[in-house]
Amino acid sequence: MSVLVYVETTNGKVAKNGFEAVFYGKKVADKFGGDVVAVTSGSADDSALAELGNYGASKVLVNKGLNDADDSQTAKLVQAAADKTGANIIVFSHDLIGKAVAPRVSAALKAGLVSGAIDAPSDENGFTCKVNVFSGKAFGFVNVKTATRIISLLPNSFKPESGGSPAAVEAFDCDCGAARVSVVETKTQDGEIPLPEAELVVSAGRGLKGPENWGMIEDLAKELGAATACSRPVADIGWRPHHEHVGQTGVAIRPNLYIAVGISGAIQHLAGVNGSKVIVVINTDAEAPFFKAADYGVVGDAFEVVPKLVEAVKKFKASNN
Amino acid sequence: MSEKYHNFIIFAPHSTNDIVNHKHTQKMKILVCISKSPDTTSKIAFTDNNTKFDETGVQYIVNPYDEWYALVRGLELKEAMGGTVTTITVGTAADDPTIRKALAIGADDAVRIDAEAKDAYFVAKQIAEYAKDQGFDLILTGKETIDYNGSQVAGMIAADLDLPFLSLASKLDVAGTTATLELDITGGTKVVKAELPAVVSCAKGMAEQRIPNMRGIMAARTKPLNVVAPAGVEELTSFASYSTPDAKSECKYVDPSNMDELVQLLHNEAKAI
Ligand SMILES: Cc1cc2nc3c(=O)[nH]c(=O)nc-3n(C[C@H](O)[C@H](O)[C@H](O)COP(=O)(O)OP(=O)(O)OC[C@H]3O[C@@H](n4cnc5c(N)ncnc54)[C@H](O)[C@@H]3O)c2cc1C
Repeated sequence: MSVLVYVETTNGKVAKNGFEAVFYGKKVADKFGGDVVAVTSGSADDSALAELGNYGASKVLVNKGLNDADDSQTAKLVQAAADKTGANIIVFSHDLIGKAVAPRVSAALKAGLVSGAIDAPSDENGFTCKVNVFSGKAFGFVNVKTATRIISLLPNSFKPESGGSPAAVEAFDCDCGAARVSVVETKTQDGEIPLPEAELVVSAGRGLKGPENWGMIEDLAKELGAATACSRPVADIGWRPHHEHVGQTGVAIRPNLYIAVGISGAIQHLAGVNGSKVIVVINTDAEAPFFKAADYGVVGDAFEVVPKLVEAVKKFKASNN
Repeated sequence: MSEKYHNFIIFAPHSTNDIVNHKHTQKMKILVCISKSPDTTSKIAFTDNNTKFDETGVQYIVNPYDEWYALVRGLELKEAMGGTVTTITVGTAADDPTIRKALAIGADDAVRIDAEAKDAYFVAKQIAEYAKDQGFDLILTGKETIDYNGSQVAGMIAADLDLPFLSLASKLDVAGTTATLELDITGGTKVVKAELPAVVSCAKGMAEQRIPNMRGIMAARTKPLNVVAPAGVEELTSFASYSTPDAKSECKYVDPSNMDELVQLLHNEAKAI
């Protein structure tokens, strides 16, 4: 009996979500028994993988021959590792890879899948786990009826704490079949913080009047080390790229801090961001609905307030160093 | 009848000529999975001791990802290459209005598997069971539904039919029997190729929303909506109960000229920076 955690590696490093998933896996194992085994593929070096031990993994299985794995190969890797370790709980991150692979493993093993878990499972009715539903407007408690259970963890739901000791890294060669999806090109925005993983997010809406005014938003994001986001109309008109669109029909995020500038706070926008721990709203209109969801509000003109905020953050950083 | 007219018939799209050249003129047989979801402005509340979604006053729409991206891109591919777009829904007669909406937007016909959608596995199995011997080139879904946000159905269909699964595609093009897609990945996008048939979950960027016109709405009334009996499938999960978030505490207002105070609050009180 063990908890198996799938961990993604990129450019030889363990992805942030991987540490979160292992840390979460340890919480699950503490409750349901067994130890935590991580599984991954590709070319991360052993010392990077051993670090997963500090977050609760006792062992890391790595298939080094499997690079650029497609969804079905990764699913086969996880299934083979589950078979080897006798895992009855499998954990993924509910990120882009988890969304592609976890359903495949679920259907293949006929194991119930909880997607987007935001808390550790309880043993109520055997196995029950809390998730976001209605795009964050409510929570649901999913009961899994099968003996093997799969959970995909919503990113940023837990802050991993390190404590343990390095894990043993073990080569794990298994037949994952041939790739049916071939990668032509990968485009990443260098230096930018991926929105779904970001702990701090600065977001702006139609109140900014035009794409030429985003300089101050980017400045603020840069000073804070935050990712940038936007409301739907802003992405639809092409002021900002589509991947920045947050809300019910865009990306759902749950950072520690969400700063909304010139966004009215429509119900569809709130749905994607109301999992944020702290919300700051900057808006000229004191009646804007967003203030009802805010922890801190500034009623004022973004064009005056944001540059002042940038200066204040700079000052704060200088005095804290 | 003139000679000319006969010639025209002979060279109409279904001539043998066309079949010989089918690599270039391959017609697409596309299945689009359509789910209903509560209108985005719906009040989210629960009844029966918080075990059931309260449908009082709730308007249902076609799940936006299914409609705006999967269905419209399916229609665009059909328009460019010829072929058919069929929608499929696992649901009861209560789903028919949303299915008719999809037909009004332009789907050729619809299938409804006549069963209450229990969980994602149940839905995926029903769809896979229907699709397995129909020879679809593409099975399209939205990236998630806006009610249960599971992102599960498409991957499960792919697993069941042993097809490649292209998750979270923001672009989809087809040439011959090869699909080229752009997929969202952490911090960017990835361009990939896969041989058809394949299952694709569709995200923003794939297409632009289409508003059905009067002709489409009229035509939808008579398009075929085939009701099919469900296969016997056990669900793997169920929602035991629901809850709603605690009300936010009062918003604390900060003077717009005093951003130092805001920074201090975020640091000392909220511990967010
Ligand atoms: C089915 C459906 C799905 C949707 N999904 C989403 C979604 O996922 N995400 C999303 O964001 N929206 C979504 N929407 C759209 C949503 O309803 C709103 O229209 C949208 O969020 C409004 O964007 P906004 O706040 O940027 O613009 P507006 O509503 O135009 O608000 C602009 C705000 O800026 C303020 N402002 C103006 N000038 C200044 C200034 N100088 N300084 C400070 N503030 C200023 C105004 O007071 C106003 O509050 C959806 C709508 C539908 C129907």
